[in-house]
Amino acid sequence: MAKKLMKGNEAIGEAAIVAGAQAYFCYPITPQTEVAEYLAKRMPEVGGVFVQAESELAASQMIFGAAAAGARAFTTSSSPGISLMGEAMSYIAAAELPAVFINIIRCGPGLGGILPSQGDYLQATKGGGHGDYRFLVLAPSTVQETVDLTIEAFRLADKYRNPVLLIGDGLIGQMMEPVDFEGRGAPPTLDTSAWATTGCVGREPHIVKTLFLDPNELERRNRKMRDKYEQMKREEVRFEAYLCDDAPELLVAAYGTTARVVRTAIDRLREDGVKVGMFRPISVFPFPDEPVRQLAFQPSVRSVLVVEMSMGQMLEDVERALQGRRPIHFYGRGGGNVPAPEELVRECRRLLGNGQGGRP
Amino acid sequence: MSEPTTIFKRPASMRDAFTHYCPGCTHGVIHRLIAETLDELGLRERTIGIAPVGCSVLAYNYFYCDFQEAAHGRAPALATGIKRVLPDRIVFTYQGDGDLASIGTAEILHAANRGEKFTTVFVNNAVYGMTGGQMAPTTMPNQVTTTCPRGRDVNLAGWPFPVADVLAQLRTPAYVERVAVHTPRHIINAKRAIKQAFRYQMEGRCYSFIEVLSTCPTNWGKTPAEACKWLDEVMVPYFKLGLKKSPDRPPVE
Amino acid sequence: MPRVQVDRDRCKGCELCVQACPQKVLAISSRINFKGYFPAEPRRPELCLGCRICAITCPDVAIEIAVHGCRYNFFDY
Repeated sequence: MAKKLMKGNEAIGEAAIVAGAQAYFCYPITPQTEVAEYLAKRMPEVGGVFVQAESELAASQMIFGAAAAGARAFTTSSSPGISLMGEAMSYIAAAELPAVFINIIRCGPGLGGILPSQGDYLQATKGGGHGDYRFLVLAPSTVQETVDLTIEAFRLADKYRNPVLLIGDGLIGQMMEPVDFEGRGAPPTLDTSAWATTGCVGREPHIVKTLFLDPNELERRNRKMRDKYEQMKREEVRFEAYLCDDAPELLVAAYGTTARVVRTAIDRLREDGVKVGMFRPISVFPFPDEPVRQLAFQPSVRSVLVVEMSMGQMLEDVERALQGRRPIHFYGRGGGNVPAPEELVRECRRLLGNGQGGRP
Repeated sequence: MSEPTTIFKRPASMRDAFTHYCPGCTHGVIHRLIAETLDELGLRERTIGIAPVGCSVLAYNYFYCDFQEAAHGRAPALATGIKRVLPDRIVFTYQGDGDLASIGTAEILHAANRGEKFTTVFVNNAVYGMTGGQMAPTTMPNQVTTTCPRGRDVNLAGWPFPVADVLAQLRTPAYVERVAVHTPRHIINAKRAIKQAFRYQMEGRCYSFIEVLSTCPTNWGKTPAEACKWLDEVMVPYFKLGLKKSPDRPPVE
Repeated sequence: MPRVQVDRDRCKGCELCVQACPQKVLAISSRINFKGYFPAEPRRPELCLGCRICAITCPDVAIEIAVHGCRYNFFDY
């Protein structure tokens, strides 16, 4: 079907169906409830399972059951709901089950608000549930990219037999943009016959569990999972560099919706001959350490500005990657406020010493 | 002399493993009743069991069928996930009172209220066994446990949680019965109920829930025989046995 | 004549079968098993009726029962 104007949340629902999702377990929470409303209609049409659970916690555990039974399962939620899913995330990763989680982040902490935010970055990339596990985390910035990364998430979940998390924000969920599903199809079905609990006809029973009282056995599993994350670091880094190859003086690091505002600000600055470039990570775990180093350590780049809709979380990854070899500044908005281009133009000018502007 | 015919032996759906349960703990009886049911109804190869967190967390070492292990209290959610994607398989959760009646209350209530077509065997032994004998939602008034050392004070901790009776109030059709396994007669009756539960699931009829009063000699501080006696004299009067709800009978108006 | 077999090493000596048997066939052995329990053992096998109550009571499925010839089905199980 040709380009269609779709709301982000509904595009996510359709993308999951295109990706061959068989089961969706959900719970209403602003700003992503439209995914559930859309799939309540669509999943039955395609013979998929749709269950509105009693809580996000239960929804995420239903994913464990369905995924361990060999089904392609996923859920969507928003920040407070994702916190409730933390337990299941750890269990699903520990049991090496493929699953996709999508967090349409809202401002927090606590009940916070319902406006967009990027305040769950650390939860997504460093936190979530307990124990040694990681999520492969992707951060789209447009509705089209969200669709493509949703489909890609199912492929990656199968490839690594590990949960994959997409982090968007309220804007991406609520915004309508043209979307094209042309040429997008379901990743190949994962062969789960070696471990899925489908009934032990003609084979020894399968047991999907995460309790390993023998420390050596559990350590073996920890190491096996770490190897997966090392492989992700080698193979799944995704990023975009915008106007970075003409010796910019300042490098701005931003992802998701914020990156789109930064892009506008950079265009305006360049109209006045101020050369600024942008580094946009698409995978935030694995974080693109090497790419951001290459961009930031160009001789022309005097400093780096990290811009987030939070009080500074991806900032920590940029600082870690650059190891103090470039001054790093931060500009953040919270409470659901989305930075306006003018704010960023002013901030860039201030940092480059040819304009006013102060840290909000 | 004719060849001897065996009239009682280990069910095929039960693994040969020695169990880790304490001497006289009737978890082992309940395991056997389920395994016998799977054998007699020919379900072993179609069945997926879900183990809780608690003494029976190792249930998958004792049943000879596919199993998943749930986070504490989440078994009904896993079962929902499995049953929805594999509707023709037989799914059952095996849960203790800490798992089901405490942390997992929302999951069991809503699985029953949605009418999920799986079976739950709920083992009520009035205490947290695996962690060494703490008070459970089903601990009896004045029963001493490590977290109510002066006995359960109903003014502070409320009255024991009668799960079967609570579930029976839901309007969604279901089969809910409470049984016990502290005497041979009760064990025989418990098997009837468990088998009926799995039959309802085979028919895709309704959610089925069997609460089984069970002993915990170690944490009750009693011999196995004394524990059976205490169950009979203290638990049974409070947790009334019998059919609580049947899909054949319309809900009480 | 029915034959009761107790798996000595599987039995944990909980004595439930000993007390449940209507014929008092079973008793606790004086020899410990490999786990250190004093298991049950048929002390008066000749009195066994093959009613299966001991096996039904046993929490560890440690008892198997076989019969020669006809068998009395006291109850359905």
